[in-house]
Amino acid sequence: MSATEPATALELDRLERRYGERVALRNVSLSLPAGSTLAVLGANGAGKTTLLRVLAGLLRPNGGTTRVLGHELPREAPSLRGHVGLLGHDLLLYQDLSASENLRFHARLHGVEPARGEELLARMGLRERANEPLRSLSRGMRQRVAVCRCVLHDPELLLLDEPLANLDPAAAEAVAPLIGPGAARIAGGEPRTRVLVSHDPAPAVAQADLVLGLRAGRAVIAAPPDALDDDEIAELYR
Amino acid sequence: MHGKALRPGLKPLALATVLTLGGAYVLAFFYAPNDADQGFVQKIFYLHVPLAICALGGFIAGGVMAIGYLRTGEQRWDLRSYVAIHLSLIFAVATLITGSIWARASWGHWWVWQEPTLVSFLIIFLLYACYQPMRFAIEDPERQARYAAVFAVVAGAFVPLNFLAVRLANPLVHPRLLGSTGSLPPSMELTFVIAMVGMALLWVTLWKYEITAKQTSMQLRALKRRLAERAEMTLPAPAPRRSSAPRPTPAARPAEPVEL
Amino acid sequence: MSAVGALLRKDLRLELRTRESVPAMTLFSLSAFVVFHFGLQRSSLDGDLAAGVLWVTLLLAALLGVGRLFVTEREEGGFDAIRLAPVDPSAMLVAKALTLLSFLAIVQLVAVPGFGILLLGPSLLPALPGLLAVLALADVGIAVIGTLASALAVQTRARELIVALMGLPLLVPVVLAAARATAPLFSAGGASPPPLRWLGLLGLYDLVFALVAYAVFDYLLDD
Repeated sequence: MSATEPATALELDRLERRYGERVALRNVSLSLPAGSTLAVLGANGAGKTTLLRVLAGLLRPNGGTTRVLGHELPREAPSLRGHVGLLGHDLLLYQDLSASENLRFHARLHGVEPARGEELLARMGLRERANEPLRSLSRGMRQRVAVCRCVLHDPELLLLDEPLANLDPAAAEAVAPLIGPGAARIAGGEPRTRVLVSHDPAPAVAQADLVLGLRAGRAVIAAPPDALDDDEIAELYR
Repeated sequence: MHGKALRPGLKPLALATVLTLGGAYVLAFFYAPNDADQGFVQKIFYLHVPLAICALGGFIAGGVMAIGYLRTGEQRWDLRSYVAIHLSLIFAVATLITGSIWARASWGHWWVWQEPTLVSFLIIFLLYACYQPMRFAIEDPERQARYAAVFAVVAGAFVPLNFLAVRLANPLVHPRLLGSTGSLPPSMELTFVIAMVGMALLWVTLWKYEITAKQTSMQLRALKRRLAERAEMTLPAPAPRRSSAPRPTPAARPAEPVEL
Repeated sequence: MSAVGALLRKDLRLELRTRESVPAMTLFSLSAFVVFHFGLQRSSLDGDLAAGVLWVTLLLAALLGVGRLFVTEREEGGFDAIRLAPVDPSAMLVAKALTLLSFLAIVQLVAVPGFGILLLGPSLLPALPGLLAVLALADVGIAVIGTLASALAVQTRARELIVALMGLPLLVPVVLAAARATAPLFSAGGASPPPLRWLGLLGLYDLVFALVAYAVFDYLLDD
């Protein structure tokens, strides 16, 4: 990672991703400054999860230019590792291990102090149950552990797919400083760049600096929220 | 596209194959002498050994092409690798069958464990028989190609090791094996060489033919898909209101040239 | 390499917690010995036959464990976690191979003495040093091939089948060499050392496939 932070966190120019003959994403272009929030909206199957995985460096783009945190994908994908925090449908946690063991494992993978995992668990109010297998925790608790895992390595970019799923209001409040608007890095204190996927457009748009609307893989909306009206957004889901 | 480069070569290639192979077997029947111990039956050698060598060469070529695919990501290498392996598998089965017939005719048994080539081929056949089932059990096309390529590389590396192992296990070498062409009389040697060349030509011809056929059908599908996509894009908006107005006829849609 | 350590510890801890593979593999081995007793109608084996029965059993037991090696990763997102971390993807290959190796070692710790008690005619003790050498070399080969086959099969629909269909032919040279190397150790007239050529073949096999596996593994994790 270069010494200076790139000013633009995401630079996409006609990004394309295919699965064989099926096109999952086509002609997606946007530019997102560092520290801002991007809301990705669209119906099921529109390509939101695919986009997230491309930005994480997990899926290789098939066309167009993609730059994440200054790294060009797919060529520089290895340098992107460790700078992105992904929170998706898969919690990326082992159900048979405890929350502590899971976080310690991820800490070691990322070369981070294992103690930080314990700290995060304490902030989430999960310290008492940190040593039980994840299987025995409720879905909301597991989601909170996943949030800890996501920010454990202090990433510059957060990719969040329905981060507040299964969380009651108290829990949602607890995770806000870590992944909500205004979430800041431990290392430099600068705000994290966030890409937020949500099925419920209203709260996502409220936090967003830029809104991307996908329909069948194509970007039909790419504008700041004040430039949009409710009809346009509703169209996405028709 | 790539297919065009292959097609002109196909006719002369096929002709060369037929001539060489035909010539080889004419020689085998009329020119090469009968073997002192095994008699007429030994002539299967001119079929069995070239088949074996082409199959092995094909498997290894398939592995090399797979490396090409892994490094370039170009789909045509995957196609070449797939066809090479697929074809060599057929040649391998033919090797086993001709080998078995030869064994039965020469030594009275349909199978002899002491024949290292035959045994190695059985193992290799069992391995490569997994290639297609494994490949088609993966749904994502890109992942399928990649995994198939990895398999082809691993299996290709396995072929020589396997031969070595089986050969070591069998100190008794059966006469008239792959390495024994040096001790053949010149008439047999000539026939064998021509048969070998002919079989190699056959392999290459079939390989090119199958690749061309597959590429053509892929191009066809791609064209159909693009036509369908264009049709989607120029259709009127979804959920049309029911009315007595006539539906737009095909002529009403603007004619668009199909891009290749 | 600390990533390999982290992955290995995680896998061993998971196995300790869930006990999915090792007990099954061990019990299978012992059951197989019983089956062989009845199938062959012998109470005591020596030489070639003993070596063959032992190695076929160990191989099939290994294949039981191989199928499960990557299943948790696939189901619980382990592949993603590795790929998101600043870790060389081959670390996963090394870690899984070491995991499988550990499983094999633990299973054989029980199965080999079990074989000595149940089926082996001559005494096991004088054969041990040579046997350990053969086990070590063969286990590495099984671990490397097993890891490769498992990684290839985990994305397919008929996972356990593909692993067996693919693994068995690939492991024939290992069984071949291991059995030939072990036979003199079990000879009725007294244990004699394993012939070097078979140890050499095992070593060559291990080396070749370790290199091939290391070269191709990255492509299995890519997307």
